[in-house]
Amino acid sequence: MNASPPGWLATFTRALVPLVCSLVAGAVILALMGKNPFVFYGDIVFYGIAQNGWQKSLSLMAPLTLMALGLIVVFRGKLWNLGYDGQFLLGAALVAGVGPVISEAVPFWLALPLLCLLGAAVGAAWALVPAVLKARFGTNEIITTLMMSFIGIGIANLLVRGVFQDPGVIVPQTRVLPIESMLPYIPGTRIHVGLIVALAAAAVLYLALTKSSFGLRLDVYGENPRAAAHAGIHTGGVIVVVFLLSGALFGLAAGIDITGQWGYMRANWNPSYGAAILPFVFLARLNPLGALPLVAFYSVLATGGTVAAQESDLSVDFLMVIIALILVFMTLIELWGSRRQAGASYLPPALMKALRVGSRQEDAR
Amino acid sequence: MTWKPTACAGDSLGFMPENQPVLRLVGITKAFPGIVANDEVSLDVMSGSIHCLLGENGAGKSTLISILSGMQRPDRGTIELRGRAETISSPSAAIGMGIGVVYQHSTLVPALTILENLMLGNSGKLLQDRTGALRRFEELSSLLGIDLDPRMRASALGVGQQQQVEIAKALWKDSRILILDEPTSLLPPSLVDALLASILNLASRGISVILVTHKLDEALSVADAVTVLRRGRVALSLSADKLLEKGVVSAEERILGAMFGERESVEPETSAEPKASEPKASEPKASEPKSSEATRAGRQETTRRVEQTARIVLEVRDVETAPPGSGRMAHGDAPLAGISLTIRSGELLGISGIEGNGQKTLAEVIAGQRAISSGSILHNGSEISDSGVAMRQADGVRYVTDDRLGEGIAGDQSVAINLVLKKIGRPPMWRRGITRKAEIERGARVLVREHDIRTPSIDARAATLSGGNIQKLLLARELDGMPSVVVFNKPTYGLDHNTVLRVRREMSEFVAAGGAAILISSDLGELAQMSQRIHVMDAGRIVGTVDGAETAPDEIVARIGAIIAGVHAAGGHAAGFRATGDQS
Repeated sequence: MNASPPGWLATFTRALVPLVCSLVAGAVILALMGKNPFVFYGDIVFYGIAQNGWQKSLSLMAPLTLMALGLIVVFRGKLWNLGYDGQFLLGAALVAGVGPVISEAVPFWLALPLLCLLGAAVGAAWALVPAVLKARFGTNEIITTLMMSFIGIGIANLLVRGVFQDPGVIVPQTRVLPIESMLPYIPGTRIHVGLIVALAAAAVLYLALTKSSFGLRLDVYGENPRAAAHAGIHTGGVIVVVFLLSGALFGLAAGIDITGQWGYMRANWNPSYGAAILPFVFLARLNPLGALPLVAFYSVLATGGTVAAQESDLSVDFLMVIIALILVFMTLIELWGSRRQAGASYLPPALMKALRVGSRQEDAR
Repeated sequence: MTWKPTACAGDSLGFMPENQPVLRLVGITKAFPGIVANDEVSLDVMSGSIHCLLGENGAGKSTLISILSGMQRPDRGTIELRGRAETISSPSAAIGMGIGVVYQHSTLVPALTILENLMLGNSGKLLQDRTGALRRFEELSSLLGIDLDPRMRASALGVGQQQQVEIAKALWKDSRILILDEPTSLLPPSLVDALLASILNLASRGISVILVTHKLDEALSVADAVTVLRRGRVALSLSADKLLEKGVVSAEERILGAMFGERESVEPETSAEPKASEPKASEPKASEPKSSEATRAGRQETTRRVEQTARIVLEVRDVETAPPGSGRMAHGDAPLAGISLTIRSGELLGISGIEGNGQKTLAEVIAGQRAISSGSILHNGSEISDSGVAMRQADGVRYVTDDRLGEGIAGDQSVAINLVLKKIGRPPMWRRGITRKAEIERGARVLVREHDIRTPSIDARAATLSGGNIQKLLLARELDGMPSVVVFNKPTYGLDHNTVLRVRREMSEFVAAGGAAILISSDLGELAQMSQRIHVMDAGRIVGTVDGAETAPDEIVARIGAIIAGVHAAGGHAAGFRATGDQS
């Protein structure tokens, strides 16, 4: 591995190559299925950008960016908060459930920040239990966050079917937030201001991670927890803060998505933003600003792809095939790169090292 | 030995003549970047004998074992098995040649039964031969005195039973050479005796045993031959009879002398060696004699008796810690069992003892990395046992760790960041949490220059530095800003000669300037040279003290050896087993 960090161009190339590869492989699959890949991809670009597509794509970008940031902040510390669905949906259920009540009780300018904060607080609270277990007892957070996620999803659905259910309709869903109580549009567009919140959060997180003592403590912890403890960094504190931040960002994504885009929540609704955006977070090498173009790319893919799939008589799930292919190519290039010692990894170097040491021990046995 | 077995006469390999080595290593050399792990190691293992391999951690025992087990190949040297030169190319090749290894930590699969674990060694066959395996298990059970249900899960086994199964696993394929890597390190004392008895029994059946350990009493109680490794070389190789001629205590002293290196490293005289042929032309030649002089000057400076009126900087009173395993930062070191010590300004206090007797725990307790369960720690008269690492660091209590790569540095961060690693968030490098890169870099440049850290730049990743430069980085970090007390844990371990001199000089200068230092070292010569007093630790206690100012260096080494040997002779089972072995 090089002594100096890889150049901007190399980083850019490494992010782009898996994307291009997956699109090419996707095209081959489409051709084998008897579809015209050029028509499909053309449709994606057309419906995702042309006419009103870009406004839809950018609106979708708001929650996706916040989800990406929530993942970046934990992954930086080599901690795994994989409970994004539970933290997101529980936040969404509470925001959607109490939204109509609050917007009737307090003025509009106060109601929306309150709701977004509520979402963030709920998300953070749901991340707290795994965080404390990890900090106090070293419990594997992958398992605890996943399990807590199932519980969170279950409770969210119970709430929507229970106390929050709108008695006026037959389908299990919450009352709908009146359109005038929702997040306003950016003037001259049909994109809600949640996008601005998300972009601002990305900028703030970028500064916090690269230019503050917090970011350095997190990086040192992520790279070598023992060195962090030796250096007097309160490792338990780092874990808890980072999980709370991550959960809060997921919850904020929910708050913004409900108050900006949907206005209500239906039972069993799960947009799975976290899983979809996860590969892109690694492509961006856990850089909050670097993630933005990739999130934009996925937003177009998701917005345009939904319509394009219908036009080509494909399942919407085909989009997930492309996402999965990105992961496959990313891993392959990663392997190839490390074999040749050619380039830095998508993964943080310390994580890569840990994985390599792990595999070497396997070999030794 | 007179009791040499007759039992093996009938077995398949029993044609070995009695006095021929079953395994002979000649000139085994294995180098890793920056360190020669095995340097011309030669040894003979006789058929049906117990050969003890002793040495401190890092002496090269593990490398030798991994060469014998086929995990690594030597750079040079030959391995002869029963008189034939062999290449052990893989672990399975080693098993095929009849070499079985029992590692320190369990390699059993917890979810599988005992029998299934043993049958893992039968890989390569498509069908499982359960009846055959059961028969083999019965055989080994009677040989090893195992009384276990083969259908029991490995996870249900106690440590002693686990080890029995491990030995059975190593012998599964009819191994005639059994290597045990520190088999007693995880066993309670009651089970150690049983294990040693079982090893003696195996030897009596013609199996050659290589017992790796750093516990002298165990080694002497069963060994037929003893080889001591130090810094990759054979420091001593003798038959047990010769070694024990003058009694157990004298034998232990000889072994300790070989393990820790008496005499040789007392004075760093070796700097007079001609070094002109060395490729490192960039090294300033003039610095060598100068640094050596400085060390001598440092010795004169430090060995002068510390005035009893000097200020007490650090006081440790009756400190105990919880047993290992109960904390998240657990390691193998012994807990403290009631330690008291004081250090005055201008004093260097040496801590000696066989590794794993609480030295590291003591260092971590003082640094604040490990909680104490009772007692108190006073720094300049005020209680600090409740304050964390960061607060003690800021107060001037510092710790130069022995685990330089594992906890000393964050390897992927830059040299500059690693130099401020213990000050993250503190002014002037940070203001209200905002990083001030220029301040960090300015400080880093000064420290890199002052401490002669050889790095391409202050932005280079710390992990790319050589071991010596990483240690200089750690010293620069811990000595920055005139601390009041510094714990140096094996500060010269594994370093090249010049860096060793430099580290010692920096310690001397720190003490001469009125600092208080604790030097934990396994190099008795170094302790004798540097310290005013040396405490000897055993099982988490201080068991003796040698006054460095009033004792000649050679004598210091002997007295420390005598203290350690004395503790073992008094409380151990050193004498007992020997007799049993002779009778069988």
